[in-house]
Amino acid sequence: MDLALKDLGDYIAGQLPQDILGTDVVRGELTVRARPEGIVKLLSFLRDDVSCRFKQLVDVCGVDFPERTPRFEVVYNLLSLINNTRVRVKIEADEKTPVPSVTEVFSSANWWEREAWDMFGIYFSNHPDLRRILTDYGFEGHPLRKDFPLTGYVEIRYDDAQKRVVYEPVKLTQEFRSFDFLSPWEGVQKMLPGDEKAVAEEEKEKS
Amino acid sequence: MAETQIRNFNLNFGPQHPSAHGVLRLVLEMDGEIIERADPHIGLLHRGTEKLIEYKNYVQAVPYFDRLDYVSPQNQEHAFALAVEKLLDLEVPPRAQYIRVLYAEIGRVLNHIFTVCAFAMDTGAMTPMLWMFEEREKLMEFCERASGARMHVNYFRPGGVACDTPPELLDDIGAWAEQFPKMIDDCETLLTENRIFKERTVDIGVITAEQCFDWGFTGPNLRAAGVAWDLRKSQPYDVYDKMDFDLPVGKHGDCYDRYLVRIYEMRQCLRIIRQCLDNMPGGPCKTNDRKISPPPRAEMKNSMEALIHHFKLYTEGYHVPAGETYTAVEAPKGEFGVYLISDGTNKPYRCKIRAPGFAHLQGLNLLSKGHMLADVVANIGSLDVVFGEIDR
Repeated sequence: MDLALKDLGDYIAGQLPQDILGTDVVRGELTVRARPEGIVKLLSFLRDDVSCRFKQLVDVCGVDFPERTPRFEVVYNLLSLINNTRVRVKIEADEKTPVPSVTEVFSSANWWEREAWDMFGIYFSNHPDLRRILTDYGFEGHPLRKDFPLTGYVEIRYDDAQKRVVYEPVKLTQEFRSFDFLSPWEGVQKMLPGDEKAVAEEEKEKS
Repeated sequence: MAETQIRNFNLNFGPQHPSAHGVLRLVLEMDGEIIERADPHIGLLHRGTEKLIEYKNYVQAVPYFDRLDYVSPQNQEHAFALAVEKLLDLEVPPRAQYIRVLYAEIGRVLNHIFTVCAFAMDTGAMTPMLWMFEEREKLMEFCERASGARMHVNYFRPGGVACDTPPELLDDIGAWAEQFPKMIDDCETLLTENRIFKERTVDIGVITAEQCFDWGFTGPNLRAAGVAWDLRKSQPYDVYDKMDFDLPVGKHGDCYDRYLVRIYEMRQCLRIIRQCLDNMPGGPCKTNDRKISPPPRAEMKNSMEALIHHFKLYTEGYHVPAGETYTAVEAPKGEFGVYLISDGTNKPYRCKIRAPGFAHLQGLNLLSKGHMLADVVANIGSLDVVFGEIDR
């Protein structure tokens, strides 16, 4: 199974060498890392090529890695019903550079790309109708970004005096608590808090 | 005669309309009574499930899956449990696998009863809802007896199921499965050859197999278009590879075929339930790996180590090795997938939920174009949309 997937990965990489950065097979799942410019070409190839036949785009989603540059990943999951295989295509994206939309290749990408735009602020060029989809009309921000707080920025309530729903800055009766459950015993850091003072003193003594 | 300017008419359908199946706001652009464009506005039930899961540990994330498609909660949990098990590289005991398949099929019957009856109600038939909901109630009782909750069961956990089923429960499920085909027959006498029902559904919302692929249709909606594709057959998980059942396939891909496929699937569910009950092995119902599944309460009373494990599991939870997986199950509505990224901590880094209804609702415009207003209602009903999973 893994071997066949590896062969398939090598085949795809061999056919489109300039668009593909690498392929790997982990846990029986094939991942293809690609350049964003070539995504439309790559997905059309995967759909139409006789030995691929990935006719169904199952899912498109964004992932946020704030520490990386570029910070987002767009992940396309494809399914071939004929070969009974799946492939995952990944491209990198940031807040500014638009990613080419694949709605021309797969109509189903339309809403998923809208969702990625709504949730992460990944902009898709050539998208026929890039509106927000899941959040409220007039919502600001992109909630699935890691720097967007879980509690959000605004809350709504029905105002009896104004006879309408009003938005207000979020007021927490209790501060949002995020516990650090990570055990200090696993993966002990070499520097514990406070150690930097001792190092600084040692260096002072040396000099 | 002076030329008159004819303007298309915009109609707001929902979000409070009963046949909008929850909270769908549909903006219809109409030329007379013909639909020119259907633009579904979704997100009115958006609760930020994916964001919330990123802040919870793996066990705490399970109940969120019940609240996605609240008509068949078990099947969603199943996808998440399988995804986590894949990352943990965890073997699940056979009894747990059988119980899961049994309850996944109960979930499928729960869902199809609901869909078929709500669809019938949308097209003007009241009685199926009244008759079949009694059966749904019985099934929910089975869920309650296994897990303690009627709907939001929180029963399938990574590593097995939450607790074992009592033997009487399995007997009762068997007895129920004996009499249920009669109920399906009764339901069919009301609908299958009913002239009004057929007038409302035959040749309405036709979709071809190619269009299904293009629009990401899965599950009964895909099968109604003539594609014999089912993840239970093609990519079997748990013990589905040992089960013997048939796949119903439609010919026309219209609303009527989607209804027939669901009716037939219910009968096949009963076959699987029967096989699960007959072959149910003994043994533990969850993994014995104490780093993943909590120890029995009795053991905690006299074993220090069991107590530590319990404490660790219910505060910190377990750590899942870094990695990613896309794991999908055949939920009653179609392919329900979980794309899970773990960074090696006790919380998922990202958990994207691939809801089948999201893709199906997207195809509503395609299905409804050129049809009458009343057919939109039939289309929505036959697509089987639930907003819990679409809006997430």
